[in-house]
Amino acid sequence: MTTNDIINPANLVYAKAPIMNDVPMHYCPGCSHGVVHKLIAEIIGDMDMQEKTIAIAPVGCGVFAYKYLDVDWQQAAHGRAPAVATAAKRLLPDRLVFTYQGDGDLAAIGTAETIHACNRGENIAIIFINNGIYGMTGGQMAPTTLGGMKSSTSPNGRTVPLNGHPLDITKLLAQLDGTCYVTRQAVHTIAAVRKTKKAIQKAFENSMAGKGTSIVEVVSTCSSGWKMTPEASNDWMVENMFPAYPLGDLKNE
Amino acid sequence: MSESKKHNTEEVRLMKGNEAIAHAAIRCGCDGYFGYPITPQSEIMETMMELEPWNTTGMVVLQAESETSSINMVYGAAGCGKKSMTSSSSPGVSLMQEGISYIAAGELPCLIVNVMRGGPGLGTIQPSQADYFQAVKGGGHGDYKLITLAPASVQEMADHTVLAFELAFKYRTPAMILADGIIGQMMEKVVLPPFQPRMTEAEIAEKCPWATLGKPAWRKPNIITTLSLDAHEMEETNIRLQAKYREIENNEVLYEEFLCDDAEYLVIGFGTCARVSQKAVEMCRAEGIKVGLLRPITLFPFPTVAISKHADKVKSMLTVEMSAGQMVEDVRLAVNGRVPVEFYGRMGGVVPSPDEVYEVLKSKLVNK
Amino acid sequence: MKEEIIIAGFGGQGVLSMGKILAYSGLMQGQEVSWMPSYGPEQRGGTANVTVILSDERISSPVLNSYDTAIILNQPSLEKFESQVKPGGTLIFDGNGFHKFPTRKDINVYRIDATEYSYANNTSKTMNMIILGGLLKVRPIVQIVNVLKGLKKSLPDRHHHLLGVNEKALHIGMDLIKKME
Repeated sequence: MTTNDIINPANLVYAKAPIMNDVPMHYCPGCSHGVVHKLIAEIIGDMDMQEKTIAIAPVGCGVFAYKYLDVDWQQAAHGRAPAVATAAKRLLPDRLVFTYQGDGDLAAIGTAETIHACNRGENIAIIFINNGIYGMTGGQMAPTTLGGMKSSTSPNGRTVPLNGHPLDITKLLAQLDGTCYVTRQAVHTIAAVRKTKKAIQKAFENSMAGKGTSIVEVVSTCSSGWKMTPEASNDWMVENMFPAYPLGDLKNE
Repeated sequence: MSESKKHNTEEVRLMKGNEAIAHAAIRCGCDGYFGYPITPQSEIMETMMELEPWNTTGMVVLQAESETSSINMVYGAAGCGKKSMTSSSSPGVSLMQEGISYIAAGELPCLIVNVMRGGPGLGTIQPSQADYFQAVKGGGHGDYKLITLAPASVQEMADHTVLAFELAFKYRTPAMILADGIIGQMMEKVVLPPFQPRMTEAEIAEKCPWATLGKPAWRKPNIITTLSLDAHEMEETNIRLQAKYREIENNEVLYEEFLCDDAEYLVIGFGTCARVSQKAVEMCRAEGIKVGLLRPITLFPFPTVAISKHADKVKSMLTVEMSAGQMVEDVRLAVNGRVPVEFYGRMGGVVPSPDEVYEVLKSKLVNK
Repeated sequence: MKEEIIIAGFGGQGVLSMGKILAYSGLMQGQEVSWMPSYGPEQRGGTANVTVILSDERISSPVLNSYDTAIILNQPSLEKFESQVKPGGTLIFDGNGFHKFPTRKDINVYRIDATEYSYANNTSKTMNMIILGGLLKVRPIVQIVNVLKGLKKSLPDRHHHLLGVNEKALHIGMDLIKKME
């Protein structure tokens, strides 16, 4: 059997999604971003929406998302992606408009934009990567940083008197009448990846059906920021993040 | 009254400057307005909401949760090649500076209206021109410029709305209408611009090949971003921006002269101060004192060359502003020490009266 | 012809709308007009004023510090604006609630007790038209026909049935105004 015999379409069990650009990613080993990017690329392809997609990138590690997915992108100012997406979707209602944001972007500096876009029920999807830390700027405390969790701006662990409580913004967004689908997923196991893919697809379908705002939170790891190996990060996430941010649908209308 | 001066009353309307902007925006094919209420310009959004253009032209009008959100909605709309705008007054425009810097960096066309009120801080709601520096020197972070138009009448509020969009799309850069509370709140006669249809998506795709309308298979993705981690790449962006600003300076200067041909003294003012100063000039002329008025219509690009030429002819100049003295710095740069340039200003929402300007003209220029 | 007018009083007395009707009247007879209000919270109960200029020529400053005619509807406005009437100019006041009266001798002073009349005759909704009638009696700067045209233009359609009442109010004002010696 030659190599050419093996590389045969009939034997194909897995391929890179065509919408993924063939460039090296800047994400650290073990980071959840790459997996979520791949899922988005697959879904846009499955839905045949490449020509109709306007994606909004955040400030944070996800800022370079526009390098990896072969669709039109706008990179928003820090936290403002839901406002940018609001205008794009209102002016081009037949487009698939989604934001891709981290916890600092969505739940700290952009809280107002997030809440009001959701409250207006903008027909957009929000993909929310929650790793409890500011990855890009070097591991500072985020609004979602857990109690006692160490970061470069909470070197002895987050305390309530100094920093307040971890913000469960997804739970908050589920309360708003403008949201139609609010779910929390993860990508640490194959089963979880499959569930997340279904969730993102549902969010995209909702926005095209004009049902309101959909939020898919992906509880994620940040090996570099957490200063753990990728494997230990996954274990730590299951043990510590999941109790604070339990997986599952918070709203599904 | 002579026959020639009679207007066709069907076409001439009476309205506030703020209302004129709303009407003109709808008529010139604006796609989206995003704003947050603040005195003295709330009539802009109120008028649009009353006119409901989404039922006629299809224009989107949305009240945002903040000025921050408004300007970022403008960013999103402009990134799609849509004619989009926001309006606010001084404190709100301060809040927008981040977004304006991004829009300039992203080379997106849009219109920002600032109907200025007295500051700093929450200040007053009365008219001011103290945001001149903010408008023409950048305002937000980084080296960028805004095309800045300074209307002095309700008619110009309408005309400049159309012009600002034209210039913004011509140069792919944000344009600002820098008005003051008086021009926004006063009613005058106005002839509104004719209706022009909104751009179709095909027209946008042709005129704005950079717009994020969704990526067809035949082209590379369009990416609106303002980030370059490579300093040399970022410098290239800056060099391109600066070249564009020089081109704007060469091509787009607008100003108006009143009785300047034989002037021995020159008054310079924009917006309301030009109107007030014109009356003071008339009072001087009635006494045979040869005073002229130069009114910058574009503040960026500034009429540096025109003012420089006058520096060779007049004995001295006076700038009149509702600020502590901002535009006067640009006048002095243009004059470069050849003749004295005096300044008179009122601050915090106080408007100089024609008599005040007349007295200053006599004491600081004529009887010096 | 050029007439520079200040109308000043309490918010709610119809100061701004009286100015608006004058401006529309000027528009109807082809003049250049400007209407510059004091704006903001003053509209709601404090003092309100509006500068109206009607002119055959292009209007330079919409902001003035001396006036051909002042229409004064409360005491604080009298104190503020009496000194700003040009010599030989006109001051019209509604004396309701006044304890100090105009003192200048180099201007023409008229009194129109429109408030008192309106209380007695239940015409408070057209009080500003009564005062406008008084103004036009002593300073016929716009024709009545143009006032009515202007009113029609500035009023929403649902209020057009009130045009007759407003015209009547103008004539009441013409009868009510009297010169102070």
